[in-house]
Amino acid sequence: MNIEKSILAAITTDHSRDRVGGGMPIFYCETQEELEMVAANLEAIIDGIAHALSKDLYVIVKH
Amino acid sequence: MNEYTYPILFGIIVGTSMRLLMLRTDYRQYPTYLHGKVIHISLGFIAASLGTFAVPSIMEKEFTAVTFLTLAASQFREVRNMERNTMNELDEFELVPRGKTYIEGIAVAFEGRNYLVIITSLLTTLVYLSVNIWAAAGTAVVLYLISKKLMTGSTLKDIVNIKYVKPHFDGAGLYVDNIYIMNIGLPDRQEEVLKYGMGFVLEPKNFNIRSTIANLGQRQAILHDVSVTLGVFRDSGTPALVPLIKRDLDDGRIGVFILPQYQDIDRAIKAIGAVPVLENAIRMPSESRPEMEGKNQ
Repeated sequence: MNIEKSILAAITTDHSRDRVGGGMPIFYCETQEELEMVAANLEAIIDGIAHALSKDLYVIVKH
Repeated sequence: MNEYTYPILFGIIVGTSMRLLMLRTDYRQYPTYLHGKVIHISLGFIAASLGTFAVPSIMEKEFTAVTFLTLAASQFREVRNMERNTMNELDEFELVPRGKTYIEGIAVAFEGRNYLVIITSLLTTLVYLSVNIWAAAGTAVVLYLISKKLMTGSTLKDIVNIKYVKPHFDGAGLYVDNIYIMNIGLPDRQEEVLKYGMGFVLEPKNFNIRSTIANLGQRQAILHDVSVTLGVFRDSGTPALVPLIKRDLDDGRIGVFILPQYQDIDRAIKAIGAVPVLENAIRMPSESRPEMEGKNQ
């Protein structure tokens, strides 16, 4: 299966939970370091790119 | 042995050597060594024979023999298909693919070269039979020079000014000069990109060239050729490290972002300059006459 041009996961440190939502997996992290580590791992696993929407919100997109 | 033996031999040899001279394996690595070449030399031999045999046939009043040439046309259209299929298959496993426009251009060139061989063989044999061998040799040389001229298209350095610009980040956005390339989130990746990445701005020399270098096939050809020449810092499953070209919509400049293994600015500029201008990408908006539409132009 080939999923392209779609957001596959969101990683955030924002716990208010009303800013990130939807049908994709959302990973909540405690610290910026954890956020970057999770994003880097997911990037490698999914073969996508970790894009930063803001400092505390990353999305993994497959191109 | 009869009166046609030597002219036919001469025509075939000239035609086949013409094909050999036009068959070069260079940094583009196509055709590959030996096996790829054997195919093209054999086809060149067939083309030369077809062109050569047409002349004595006509002289013997065997006019139907000319229908063989139509056979040749369909045969060499097949060459184009063969090249296209092979390269499309190979392209799937390239780290930086050639792109369909480039492939189509190469395939067309292969077909065209066979026709040049036919014409060369036909004319040299004709001259041999109607004048003598020295005139035929002269014709062969002239035809070689003409085909060489016809077969050399322009390269990018003729149509754009190439300037090195160090890529930089603005937040998560990667920029070459003021041209946005892509968004890279992870700081580690950003460091990698800054360490290995090189940026070039290609400024079109006139208005027509804007559309030519905007062509996606042309851009992919630039990326492929540069990656082949300088190596590429990427692996499968690392889409963040993909070389990219984006366009400045305001003035038609394009920003080339590459990750070469071999960090040499001069060499990279030479490599970009040597990329062929794909004939399928050439656009001439200033030559069009929309007001003349429907009338005789």
